[in-house]
Amino acid sequence: MPPPIRRIVVDREPTVADPAATTNGGGASAAVAHARSRRPAPTPTAIKERMLLESVWLAYGSNWVVRDVSISVRQGEVLALIGASGSGKTTLLRSLNRLTEVTEGAARSGRITLDGTDIHALEVNELRRRVTMVFQQPNPFPMSIFDNVAYALVERTGRRRRRRTPEIDEAVADALRRAGLYEEVAGDLDRSALALSGGQQQRLCIARALAARPEVLLLDEPCSALDPISTATIEELIVQLRETIAIVIVTHNLQQAFRVADEVAFMHLGELVEYGGSEQVFDRPRQQRTRDYIRGAFG
Amino acid sequence: MASLSVSPAAVPPEALPAPREGVSSWPLIDRVCYWLCWVTGIGLCVIAVAIVAFMFVKGIAYLRPELFVKSPAASLRQTQSGGFLDPIIGTFIVTAIGTAVAAPVGIALGVWLSEYRSPRWLARVVGSSIEILAGVPSIVLALFGLLIVSKGFLSFLSQGSPQGSLGESFLCAGLFMALLAMPLIVAATYEALEQVPNRVREASFALGKTRATTIWRVLLPSIRPSMAGGVVLGMGRIIGDTAIVTVLLGLTIKNEPVGSTPLLGTLRGTGSTLTSYVYYNSPAGEGNSHEKAYAAAFVLLMVVLLLNALVTRITRGREPGRRPRWYGLTGLVGRLGWTR
Amino acid sequence: MAAAPASQLRPELAAAVRTDKRAELLLGALAFGAFALIAFMVVTVVVKAWPSFSYNGLNWFGSGGDVSTELRVMREGTPLPGHGLAYFRAWPLIWGTVVTTVVAVVLALVISTLAAVFLTEFAPTRARRAVEPVVRLLAGVPSVIYGLIGILALAPWINEHLISNSRKQSVIYVVQLNGANLTTASLILTVMILPIMIALTANALQSVPDSWREGSAALGVNRWRTIWRVSLRTAWPAIAAATVLATARALGEAVMLAMVAGGTAFAANPLDGLTFFFEPVRPLAAMIFQESEGLTIATLSHTIYAMAAVLLLSATMLSFAGWAAKQPMKRYGVRA
Repeated sequence: MPPPIRRIVVDREPTVADPAATTNGGGASAAVAHARSRRPAPTPTAIKERMLLESVWLAYGSNWVVRDVSISVRQGEVLALIGASGSGKTTLLRSLNRLTEVTEGAARSGRITLDGTDIHALEVNELRRRVTMVFQQPNPFPMSIFDNVAYALVERTGRRRRRRTPEIDEAVADALRRAGLYEEVAGDLDRSALALSGGQQQRLCIARALAARPEVLLLDEPCSALDPISTATIEELIVQLRETIAIVIVTHNLQQAFRVADEVAFMHLGELVEYGGSEQVFDRPRQQRTRDYIRGAFG
Repeated sequence: MASLSVSPAAVPPEALPAPREGVSSWPLIDRVCYWLCWVTGIGLCVIAVAIVAFMFVKGIAYLRPELFVKSPAASLRQTQSGGFLDPIIGTFIVTAIGTAVAAPVGIALGVWLSEYRSPRWLARVVGSSIEILAGVPSIVLALFGLLIVSKGFLSFLSQGSPQGSLGESFLCAGLFMALLAMPLIVAATYEALEQVPNRVREASFALGKTRATTIWRVLLPSIRPSMAGGVVLGMGRIIGDTAIVTVLLGLTIKNEPVGSTPLLGTLRGTGSTLTSYVYYNSPAGEGNSHEKAYAAAFVLLMVVLLLNALVTRITRGREPGRRPRWYGLTGLVGRLGWTR
Repeated sequence: MAAAPASQLRPELAAAVRTDKRAELLLGALAFGAFALIAFMVVTVVVKAWPSFSYNGLNWFGSGGDVSTELRVMREGTPLPGHGLAYFRAWPLIWGTVVTTVVAVVLALVISTLAAVFLTEFAPTRARRAVEPVVRLLAGVPSVIYGLIGILALAPWINEHLISNSRKQSVIYVVQLNGANLTTASLILTVMILPIMIALTANALQSVPDSWREGSAALGVNRWRTIWRVSLRTAWPAIAAATVLATARALGEAVMLAMVAGGTAFAANPLDGLTFFFEPVRPLAAMIFQESEGLTIATLSHTIYAMAAVLLLSATMLSFAGWAAKQPMKRYGVRA
């Protein structure tokens, strides 16, 4: 049985929600049904395979951190990587955009492809423009909001570009809208990004990642540093974005995985223990270890 | 409870080392900047090696063992102008005096700035003064020194004359060399004390120890490497200085004592140091014996290199730091004074 | 914990408390003494310099005569017709100081930024640990040795290879060109101030939070652009502070410049075109160093102390400028 979901009383109505949200009574099963009903099921025709991992092994030095993992990342679906600390899920996420290479002594084996091309055959910055990442701690640059979101766009070709061309203006506004931040900051885009609140900064980082129109969005525990209201806003964002972008989210928070994920991969000590649809993994896990983890026997 | 360990199911395959980001795909201007950075980095090392190698080659060519033991003599011929024993002794004396004065005073000031620093206005003013002192040219310090020591009340420091005193002696030079070394020692002590976590002080106070005891018995012993590093840096600065020596030491070829007391006479007397010896023998001075200049400069450089290696060794600390610490090079701007 | 009066404590504790108070007073007095000494220094130097300033007024900084002649006049005691004994125009010295310092600082700024970026970003890891001793070596070499290398190696080379005879002929009625000139002086001065600038810049670049650099890399921006747009942009206040510090160091350099900058106190003329870079100069500190034997003569000593006062006040102002330059970094909470 999935753990009981606590109801959070929010000050405003969630935008992607059943208007007849129950605020009284019900108990666990009703809450579960309610949470599931909030999330529209992915339309089958929209699902497209973006990235494929085949027998991926990752090591730091002589220590194998990820062992023989094979999963696929699809547009139209949100894939959640769950597991205890040290299970290798963050390393696996970082290998998707080759951030693991920054560390000395990183080694790999296996094949990761993006739209059929091996990612190690692509130029690394080209890959990272197509597969972007949002980190755990919001890290907006010490520039204005506009410059933050336009950052990747301006650097795209490396040629000197006038910052404020109409295309860039439009792209920035679009990215901010998709990140759900536009109404809050539209008044003054030249404000310093560091002046925003934590939740706003994280949405700014999401907007920054979206501005270059990536194909895959990687999220490394994006809400762990945020308050519940910002968390709820970002989770709605994620569910909305999955139509156009393949999303992979690493999370420590089982409830969050339950709320947003369509596919779940449970990792333990580097191995892929269970991988399947979220309803199956949470309701009818096949492995005992998965059951133990979900029950809270370890964490 | 299910076991938490992983069964060794599969055998790890051959690992491919992850490739680093190549530069060949960057835009042209980025590549140019990248290569410029490399050129600069390597060029820097080349310059340093060239300087040392040049002095090495020239110095070894002209260095003879007897130069170390013979005193300089006035002569136009290089083979008869003696060695540099006196300058070596002179350097030693000046450094010893300078360090002996600068170290206690510098450490005391560093302790005061870090531990006591009240009243606030005094702490900021003193901190700013030391920062300013660090930036004052040594020639200005020398001139200031001359103003002070030629007046009556300090005339015991050097040879007397009808107007007061000449103001040129080892004591005078050493004293003002201390002003050169002091900011470095103050900064080293201060920064080291700031790094000591507060719980160490609290533990000592909780045992009923006074602040003075805590500082003397707990804090200072724990920062010995940094203090030593600062002192050695100060010594390096003293050894390398020529300006104060020129103004405050009299620049006689041999060390000329004043009066007949054995040690005090030498200290009150005039003399020279390696730095002034090199200057004197170079084409800019009067000696025009560049062989001696090279030999003495080589000795000087070796001493300084040794001190540098000592500083790096002392301050490297126990953990092999991933980031170089730039000990002593980062200057004092904003560390002690108004920015706190 | 309220301090109990000493009389109520046990004897040994009372003794410790008394020692503590004495130590505090002693150290406080020492600190005050340090401040007093430095204030005294500023005051005495300015007071000793005052006669020269009061005679010449603001024209002390102007031009109007040959510095060497004016100093010789003071030494010999025979005033020039129409002027007093203390007549002095320091412009050639000031101009020499400004030119050498500006050239050296600009060169050092470019080189040190590139070198610091190399150190923090592009150099192989093991090489980075080896570079700190190299930079410290350059910082530790005494000025006389730089001067010696300059006067015996660099200056003759420049004289032979870079200054043609025709160039020498073109200015021969005004000044004699040889290897001791603006270029030699500035080049060596650049090498002398590089270490502090590299150390400060590298420190600042390393203090930029890793999260920003990682975020930029994750967006697909290459390493150089990340440094240019994020790291350098954050670290520029520290670079400005480094420049100020380097300027103070360059101003105070006396010995090396005395050996290498030139035989005469000549105001190099930019209108001479490229020859400008080969004309001799004499910066203030070098001048003081050369004339330091003449301090017993009254007017000469006032003039020399006037030069020292100018240097002292410049060093003080640069100290404050350096502090001010670092302020913007506090906005980001980056401590460098």
